[in-house]
Amino acid sequence: MTKNTIKMAALLLVSTALVAGCGKKKVDNLPPAAEGTDYGQTSTDPNAAGAGQIMPGSQEDFLQQVGQFGDRILFETDRFNIDAEDQAILQRQAQWLAQYPGTRITVEGHADERGTRDYNLALGERRANAAKNFLVSIGVDAGRIQTVSYGKERPSALGSDEQAWAQNRRAVTVTVR
Amino acid sequence: MSLFARSRKLASFLLLFLGAQAATAQTPPPASDEPELVEFDTSKTRSIAVPALVAPSPVDTPAGNSAALGRQIAEVISSNLRASGVFETQGPNGLRAIGLPEVTAPQFGYWKARPVEQLVQGFVRVGGDGNLTVGCYLYDVGFGTETTRLGFNVPPRDWRRAAHKCADAIYSRLTGELPFFDSRIAYIAESGPKNKRIKRLAIMDSDGANHRFITNGQSTALTPRFSPNYKSILYLSYVDGNPRIYVYDIDTGRQRLITQSNGPTFAPRWSPDGQTILYSMAVSGNTDVYKISASGNGTPIKLTSSPGIDVGGSFSPDGRQIVFESDRSGSQQIYVMNADGSNQRRISFGGGRYATPEWSPRGDLIAFTRIAGDFRVGTMRPDGSGERLLTNSWQDEAPTWAPNGRVIQFFRTAKGSGKTGIWQVDLTGSNERQLPTPVDGSDPAWGPVLP
Repeated sequence: MTKNTIKMAALLLVSTALVAGCGKKKVDNLPPAAEGTDYGQTSTDPNAAGAGQIMPGSQEDFLQQVGQFGDRILFETDRFNIDAEDQAILQRQAQWLAQYPGTRITVEGHADERGTRDYNLALGERRANAAKNFLVSIGVDAGRIQTVSYGKERPSALGSDEQAWAQNRRAVTVTVR
Repeated sequence: MSLFARSRKLASFLLLFLGAQAATAQTPPPASDEPELVEFDTSKTRSIAVPALVAPSPVDTPAGNSAALGRQIAEVISSNLRASGVFETQGPNGLRAIGLPEVTAPQFGYWKARPVEQLVQGFVRVGGDGNLTVGCYLYDVGFGTETTRLGFNVPPRDWRRAAHKCADAIYSRLTGELPFFDSRIAYIAESGPKNKRIKRLAIMDSDGANHRFITNGQSTALTPRFSPNYKSILYLSYVDGNPRIYVYDIDTGRQRLITQSNGPTFAPRWSPDGQTILYSMAVSGNTDVYKISASGNGTPIKLTSSPGIDVGGSFSPDGRQIVFESDRSGSQQIYVMNADGSNQRRISFGGGRYATPEWSPRGDLIAFTRIAGDFRVGTMRPDGSGERLLTNSWQDEAPTWAPNGRVIQFFRTAKGSGKTGIWQVDLTGSNERQLPTPVDGSDPAWGPVLP
């Protein structure tokens, strides 16, 4: 376990460096702030306050600890299964949550624009719950996890192409203050 | 003054009969009971002239001078008939002014030479009570005969409704179809960039006039449905952070949840009698279709139970059946069930995915969105046969029926920008046109013909 944590820390340093190196481009790819949360902006903005000022257990801390796009898992069209890559991402989220047992999260389920509105709301629910169920299966208290579906209402990538749609079929974990 | 304060005064919207021969004018032929598709014969486009309505001794009204109203009413009649796609219209612009005696004694020779086949003439009078009396006459120019005449007594602010009623009577008389112009649409007004779209509940007349925003856009609003009596609107709002269905009361401006539940609720629909609300709810990620009394104090009844997504739905006009969508087969398809949830059976087998089924108010067809690469709007019979696609664009979605079941509105999304607009098409797939809206528009929901 200790070994894993050290490995993880090393990995995080690398990914944090990558994030800083990528600069503004990656910021553009992030989704809009969810209502009532400080979502996503500071951790990847190289001009933001230094790491020393990030409050442990905060959304900023979460984003820094899980690494770039470590707050989300992606899905195939109309699918909601959790594959090995998703499991690794959710496990890292669970490790962070284990450090801050008082923190609650919302898992936001999203769909791409190539679905009808009502169906996409239902699909977002499925995806958010799939992520939630996996987190619960690896030990996160279900009572700490809320879900919400935004269907196709809040795209992260703005294009109308396969690449953008792949980024938009997602379940994103956001900490709740 | 809100639109709907006006609708409370519908009782004062008095239909006058201008003589005995008009007595049948408001009873257009009933919808055919035959299951066969009735085709519009678009080759028989008829040309109609609509000169400005005459205003004898013009006076000012709160809605403008009665002479100006006479011209505006003719403009609305002309524009309604033209937009139906069945008629070519002339006027009032470009047509000579007619005199009052001419209203009841048309100069057929003059109109025959234009040439036009049908002629609409009329007058606007302002009564002692300040109300307008609008008279409307339809003539067959070829035969030199009067076809129908109608009169309406309306407050000046409702002059558009008099025009719609007149256009409806002409449309019904000449096509044999039920009327639809005097009706309203609830929809979602959209603005802002694709990733921060502002979505507001809004309402308008069927031709886009009398537009009104209802919500301010602070929380996302989606999928409105007018109640059959136009007194309230079902819609989805994220006002508490989660997708939930509310009933918005138009007179009071207040809204309430349709059901107390922890799960998100979406895809709201009214039953044709307005007594029951159909909706979808997700429990632990699994979405099913439910119904509940519209009174607000009933218990929800779960109608579907498949492990797949069962969502949406639309009652048949007799209220006995419900068409809905489900991916229980592995992809979105259309199913029909009895109103109690029994006898669920798939009706779409054309390849691709099928979504957003809406039962025609006539009962003869179901409109849908077909997803096979692009999104197209089409119709099929309730047994799944006779499928026809009416539109062909990148993303056309969510058809809603005109009250006469002959015209469909839907919304079209542009690739890339995500900009949306409300469009209209008739059952032949012809006469496609965009409705004028102040900003982008989606999720149109057409209400019934006003009384």
